Amino acid sequence: MKYAIWGLVLLLIILHQDLWFWDDATLVFGFMPIGLLYHAGISVAAAVTWYLATLYAWPIDPAEDAPVNSENPATSGNPVISENNGGEA
Amino acid sequence: MIQLTIITVYLALLLILGIFSSRLFKGTSKDYMLASHSIGPFLLLMSIFGTTMTAFALVGSSGEAYKEGIGVYGMLASSSGIIHSLCFFVLGVKVWSLGKKYGYTTQIQFFRDRLESDKIGILLFPILVGLVIPYLLIGVMASGTVVNSVTEGAFESSFALYDYGVPPWLASLVICAVVLIYVFFGGMRGTAWANTFQTLVFMILGVVTFYIIADHLGGLKAASEAVAKKNPSKLMRSVAPEDQERYEQAYAQWKTMAKYNYASKKLKSISLTEEQKKAAYAAFKPRMPNWQLKAETIFAKKNGLLKQLSIAQINDAYLWQDDRIPPETKPEDWDKTELTHEALQQYPRKPGAELAGYKIFADKIGHPKKLIDPKNPKAGKFWTRKKARGVYRATKWAPDAPHHIDPWKFLTYLFVPLSVGMFPHLFQHWLTAKNANSFKLPVVAHPVFIMIVWVPCVLVGVWATSAELNGKAMFPPHFPPNAVLATMVKMITTPVLTGFLTAGILAAIMSSLDSQFLCVGTIFTEDIVVHYGGKNRFSDKQTVIIARLFIIAIVALTYFFSLFEPRQVFTLGVWCFSGFSSLFPLILAALYWKRLTKAGAYACIITAISLWLYLFTMSDYAAISNFTINFGGDSFVSFTKPGQHIEPGIIQTMPVMTMILGSTLAMILVSLVTKPPSQETLDRFFPTK
Repeated sequence: MKYAIWGLVLLLIILHQDLWFWDDATLVFGFMPIGLLYHAGISVAAAVTWYLATLYAWPIDPAEDAPVNSENPATSGNPVISENNGGEA
Repeated sequence: MIQLTIITVYLALLLILGIFSSRLFKGTSKDYMLASHSIGPFLLLMSIFGTTMTAFALVGSSGEAYKEGIGVYGMLASSSGIIHSLCFFVLGVKVWSLGKKYGYTTQIQFFRDRLESDKIGILLFPILVGLVIPYLLIGVMASGTVVNSVTEGAFESSFALYDYGVPPWLASLVICAVVLIYVFFGGMRGTAWANTFQTLVFMILGVVTFYIIADHLGGLKAASEAVAKKNPSKLMRSVAPEDQERYEQAYAQWKTMAKYNYASKKLKSISLTEEQKKAAYAAFKPRMPNWQLKAETIFAKKNGLLKQLSIAQINDAYLWQDDRIPPETKPEDWDKTELTHEALQQYPRKPGAELAGYKIFADKIGHPKKLIDPKNPKAGKFWTRKKARGVYRATKWAPDAPHHIDPWKFLTYLFVPLSVGMFPHLFQHWLTAKNANSFKLPVVAHPVFIMIVWVPCVLVGVWATSAELNGKAMFPPHFPPNAVLATMVKMITTPVLTGFLTAGILAAIMSSLDSQFLCVGTIFTEDIVVHYGGKNRFSDKQTVIIARLFIIAIVALTYFFSLFEPRQVFTLGVWCFSGFSSLFPLILAALYWKRLTKAGAYACIITAISLWLYLFTMSDYAAISNFTINFGGDSFVSFTKPGQHIEPGIIQTMPVMTMILGSTLAMILVSLVTKPPSQETLDRFFPTK
């Protein structure tokens, strides 16, 4: 399913390049330029694609998704490197 | 005055909200900088959306559409809907997860840790701050310009130099102070709340304004049909033959006027007698200021008076009329070939040339609410200084040539929104999320929110190209695009709506400024002071105080820079975004590519910034606003020259594409030939499931 989602994202990027409406000044419903309407459609399609992505291709495990306990943080809040501080690069 | 009152009430509301949110402040640095990771889906959506939508969202979108037509939606908005959500999904969620695990507050902390390199921070710090500062300046300066524009005539006798409105420096100062106060007291929580409030304000007011403007223009259909009739190119991405024809006629008329003007005023080789002038005026129907010049030009042409000019004199005339700086040494064919419009535009325009309008129209400039001649109301009201400059440009400079949007440029513009992946202020917002699920709403709703704001603004911008008021074009040629929306609202709606819309524009600006100020204060504190001073040297309370002091300093510094009015800063916007985008491969590889090494990361950053500096220099420091890297034609690769019109068939690419390709290649090649990261680091960042 993950591959299908990434396929959809790629398809969106391809459909974004709408050469077929480049020279078209048609007004849909009498007021909406067709090129603008098409790209508004791309925005809606992007929202649908990303909705599917959140359902089928979520990048982290649910186990990692526990809310942060701010009163008792999981770590000291100090990245390892700043404790070692130096000697590199 | 009504506008000013509404703006003042709005700013006061914002302060109350900031101070209220500060009551929830827990007193810790984590709470100040990351709101104790307590931001849920709705606040995260609104604060991220508010942060990514800057002054460009309302002012820039309508302005760009006025200039380029509907194509800007695809180039800037629908592309961002795809790419921004991609960044939130692919980078934001991972960054949040690692930030939660290892307690990061800034980007640099993450990179130091992941790349096992302390000094990467020293390299990244000036680059990130250097790229954020022009971005901050855009907001501060835009707020001053907008407030000044809508408050023209608000004062009876003060601020005459600023058209009797709030001076831009004062408006910028007040906006900086308001943002500073709620960021100072509320920290990240105050910022998130203020962003949510402000995002709702600018979205709602944007849509309301759209309907009122449409109604004033005779409805949706009438407004769009006027564009189809007068400027059809604005409804597509190529040039309509009728627009090309209209331009050619207008340019031919301008050339004749340039010749007459130069011969009569500069060379003084033509001088019409009073009788000739009378005959010229009698045959001309006055339509706009300075019409006498047009009448005399037509007369001179009809009577063959312009034939005495040599080609060299004609070329001098074109430069003079268009306020271009003449070359020190004239090209060899100066006296043999007449300059084309494209060649003419390659000579830079004299800075501040339009200020000559103050002198020419001195008797017309005054308080915009007072009549020039109280005994003769038909003479109208006094002009603002802005109008004098506008009339000067419209009546003196050559008309703009219509141009298409190149499909390759359109495609490569997709690389620009990748910048959100490396924005330090967005990185900090990601870390504020309560849990990873909080990202789902922003990822899905962001493209739709962009559509809700941008579609009405793009339509308004396109309508503005053909809108009329009392039978006259609402906007003269060379009208500054970024002033289109505010001017249109002021001209056709009530002062109350103008006041509300201004509040909406300021909301869009401030909802970005606050995050940026907080972020720069945070990275100074965390990545420099605390990192090098030692974590144990400062108590948590002291860390908050240091962050607040840095925020004051950065607000003061930004305001100070804005006083010099570096107008080119608006063009710098895309260059700033391109700089951040060129570092996108680094964050992507740091999260997903185990083989990324410390040396590979350095190669990526150094290549990105070297290419940025080189291409920025080639663009004449952003002076060439349509700068692209072009493939094909006479040479395999070339850079756009000033005023150059690129022929169809040549592949135009945004410089950001080359920067990203270069930095990616350097990162991969150097990583593959250098020592991989330690197993300990790999285990921490890529744990086996």
